[in-house]
Amino acid sequence: MALDPLLLSRLQWAWVIAWHILLPAFTVGLAAYIAVLEGLHLITGREAYARISAFWTKIFAVSFAMGVVSGIVMPFQFGTNWSRFTDATANIISPMMAYEGFLAFALEASFLGILLFGRPLVPRWAHFFAALMVSLGTLFSSFWILATNSWMQTPGGYTIINGRFFPTDWLAIVFSSSFPYRLLHNDTAFFITTAFVVLGVGAFLVRRGGRRQEEPRLMMRMALNLLIIIVPLQMLLGDLHGRNTLDRQPAKLAAIEGLWQSAGPMPEALFAIPDQAAHKNTHEIDVPHLGSLILTHSLNGRVRGLEEWPSDQWPPVWPVFFAFRIMVGIALLMLAVVVIGWILRLRGDLYDSVWFLRLCQWFAPAGFVAVLMGWTTTEVGRQPWTVYGLFRTADSVTPSLTGSDVLASLLMYVAVYLIMYPAGVAYMAAIVRRGLQPAEDDVGEIGAGHPRAPITEISSRSAAGAPQPFGGPSA
Amino acid sequence: MTAVPPLDLVPVWTVLLAFTVAYYVLFDGFDLGVGVLYGFAPRADWRPLIMLSILPVWDGNETWLVLGGLGLLAAFPLAFAIIIPAVYFPIVVMLLALVFRGVAFEFRFKNPLAQRFWDAGFSIGSAIATLAQGVVLGTFIQGFHVNGRQFAGSSLDWASPFAALTAVSLVFGYGLLGAGWLIIKTGGELQTWSRRAARVCLAGVVLAIAAVSIWTPLLDQRIAHRWFSLPNLFWLLPIPVLTAVVAISIWLALGRDSEFWPFLGGILLFLLSFLGIAVSLWPFVVPYHYTLWQAAADESAQVFLLIGTLLLIPIILVYTAWSYWVFRGKVRADLAG
Repeated sequence: MALDPLLLSRLQWAWVIAWHILLPAFTVGLAAYIAVLEGLHLITGREAYARISAFWTKIFAVSFAMGVVSGIVMPFQFGTNWSRFTDATANIISPMMAYEGFLAFALEASFLGILLFGRPLVPRWAHFFAALMVSLGTLFSSFWILATNSWMQTPGGYTIINGRFFPTDWLAIVFSSSFPYRLLHNDTAFFITTAFVVLGVGAFLVRRGGRRQEEPRLMMRMALNLLIIIVPLQMLLGDLHGRNTLDRQPAKLAAIEGLWQSAGPMPEALFAIPDQAAHKNTHEIDVPHLGSLILTHSLNGRVRGLEEWPSDQWPPVWPVFFAFRIMVGIALLMLAVVVIGWILRLRGDLYDSVWFLRLCQWFAPAGFVAVLMGWTTTEVGRQPWTVYGLFRTADSVTPSLTGSDVLASLLMYVAVYLIMYPAGVAYMAAIVRRGLQPAEDDVGEIGAGHPRAPITEISSRSAAGAPQPFGGPSA
Repeated sequence: MTAVPPLDLVPVWTVLLAFTVAYYVLFDGFDLGVGVLYGFAPRADWRPLIMLSILPVWDGNETWLVLGGLGLLAAFPLAFAIIIPAVYFPIVVMLLALVFRGVAFEFRFKNPLAQRFWDAGFSIGSAIATLAQGVVLGTFIQGFHVNGRQFAGSSLDWASPFAALTAVSLVFGYGLLGAGWLIIKTGGELQTWSRRAARVCLAGVVLAIAAVSIWTPLLDQRIAHRWFSLPNLFWLLPIPVLTAVVAISIWLALGRDSEFWPFLGGILLFLLSFLGIAVSLWPFVVPYHYTLWQAAADESAQVFLLIGTLLLIPIILVYTAWSYWVFRGKVRADLAG
C-alpha cells in the first residue's frame, strides 16, 4: 500500500494532541488546587497550605512550560495538514481558537509570573488573586477549545455557501448542543486527574515518612474530600453526556455500544470483539436490559444500531468500543479507591495502611489514561467526519501533501516528543522525591559548580528579601 | 452575509496582524538571537548569565507566535490555508526546534548530567528555528503555486537559493538583536564580547539587506516597477537611505559606551526592512494571488473577534511592559551560582 497522507495526517494529529492533552488534563486542575490552597492560606493563615502550594507550584511551572510548547504546535496543524478543513470552517472555528489564545495569554501567561516568582514581592491577597487568574485562564482555555470541538461534533448557527461554512448565530455556534455536557464532563475529568495525582503523591510522601507529615496527610485528605464528591458527579455527567450523544450523534453511540442492529430492549455488552466487516460481535458478554436502562432510563427502550446508517458513515467501531469501556472501568475502580480511602480514614487507619498508600500511588496516573480514552471515544467516534454529518475527514486534508511528506514530519514529532516527555516526567518526579521543604531550605540549594534552577533561583533570592528578582538598576 | 458592510475592517486587521508579526519578530527575535550567540560563548561561566538575561521574558515573547498564527488564521484564513502547507517542513522544523529550545530553559538548570545535551539543544534549536523562519520569509516573498483556494506546489518548493539567503540573513538579524540585548543586560568582558558579536552580525545584516534588496525586484516585474518607477522612487528613497544611516549609527555606537542604541538601532533596521517588504508585496497576503481583502474572513467573524481583541491586547501589553520593568537592569553574576 502506498503511504496515505490522510491516514498519516490523522496519526500525526493523534500523536501531537494525545501528548498535549495530558498537560491541560493536569494543569487545569492543578491551577485550581493552587488557587484553593492560596485562598485557604489567606483565610486561615495556616503555613502548611502555603508550603503545599509552593511545592505544587514548582511542578506546575514545568508542566505549564511543556503545555505551552506542545500547545504552540497545535494551531499550526490546522494549516500544515488540514488546510481544506481550515478553508471550509475558518470563519466559524478560527475566532473561537483565537479567543482561546488571546484569553489564555492575557490571564495565564500574564499572572503566571506573579504566581511563580511573586510570593515575597506582592501582598498575600495579590498572590492569591494571581493564582485565581491563572486558574480562570486555564478554565477559559478549556471553554474555547471545547466550544470549538463541540461545534465540530454538533454544529449549529451556520450556513453553507459553496462548500464553506459561514456564521449566522454566534450564540448557537459557541453553545452548540453538546457543549455544556462536554465542558462539564471534560473539566471534571481534569479535576479528577489532578486530584488522583495529588492523592498519589501525598501517599508516596506519607509512606516514605520523614519529618514533614502534616502536609502530605493534608494533601491526601483534601484529595479525598474532593474526589468523594466529583467522582460520583462525573458518572452523572457522563450519563448526561451519553444521552446527548444518543440524541445528537446516534451512530457514534451505536459504535460505543457495539450495536449493529437496532434493539429494544437492548442488552449491554460488557465485553465483545467487534467485527466491523461482518456487522457483528464475537465473544460477547451481555447483561440483558442494561443497555436500555443506561441509555433510555427504561427497561425496554429502543436504541438504533449502526445498520440504520450507510456503512460509509460509520466510525471505526473497535477503538471506540474499547476506549469507552476502559474509561468506564477506570472510573469504577477510581470510585472503589475513593470509597476505601474514606472507610480507612473514618476508621483512623488511612496513613498506616501501607497497601492502600501503594494503591494510591498506582492510581496517580489513572486519570490521564481515562482522559485519553474519553478523548479517543469522542474523537474517533466522530469519524468519518470532521464536522459531524457535514464535512468528511477525507475532504479535510491538505491536498499538496504526499505520504512521504507526512511520514517524515510524523517521525520528527515522534522523536522530539519521546525526548521531551520522558525528560519532563523525570524532572517532575525529581521534584516529588525531593518532597516539601520549608522556604528557608530552598535558599541553600546550590549544586557544586552548576547554577541553581531558574525557579528556585528567583524564588530563593526573593525569599532573602531582595526587592527585585534580577536586581534593579542599582545592582 | 449582511448586504452593505458598515465598515471595512480589513485595514484594522491588517494593522493588528502586522503589529503582532512585528512584535514577534523583534521580541522572540532577540531571544532567539541570544540563543544563537549562546552557542558561541567562549566561556562556560557566561552561559548561565546569557540564559538568565532572557529567562523571565522568553515564554511571553514566544506566545506572540501563537497570536500571529491564530491572528492570520482568524483574519485571513485563506492565506493561512495556502501559506502554511507551502512551508510545511520549515513550519514543522521550526515548531520542534522551539519545543527543544523551550524545555532546555528548564531542564538545563536542573540536571548537570544532561546539561551538555540541553545546552546544545538550546543554541542549535534557536539557530534552526531562526533559519526556518527565514525560509518562510523567503518563500513568502517569492510567492506560491496556487490552484483555486489551495496550495498546489510540492512540500519542497521552499528549498530555493533566495530562501537560503533570507534564512542566513535572519540569523544575522536576530544575532544583532540578541547581541544588542546582551549589551544592555550584561557588563564587563561579556559585554565587550557582545559588542564584537554585534559588529559581526551588523556586517552580515548589511550585506544581507543589500543582497535581498537587489534580488527581490528581480523576482517579479511588479516589485521592480513599484520601487523604480517615478514618482515612486522619489517617495520610497527614504527607506534605503534611513537604513544606511541607522546601520552606520549602530556601528559607531558599538565603538562607544552607548548601551541602548545598538539594540534600538537593530529594531529600527528590522522595522525598515519590514516596511520594504510590505511596499514590495502590498496589497497581497498570498503573493501574487490573493489580496488582503480577498483572503479576509467573513465580516461577522471579523467583528466577533475584534471586540475581544481590542479589549485584550492592551491588557497583554500593559502586563508585558510591567514585567520588563520588574526584570530591568543587569543580570548579576552572583545570582547565577
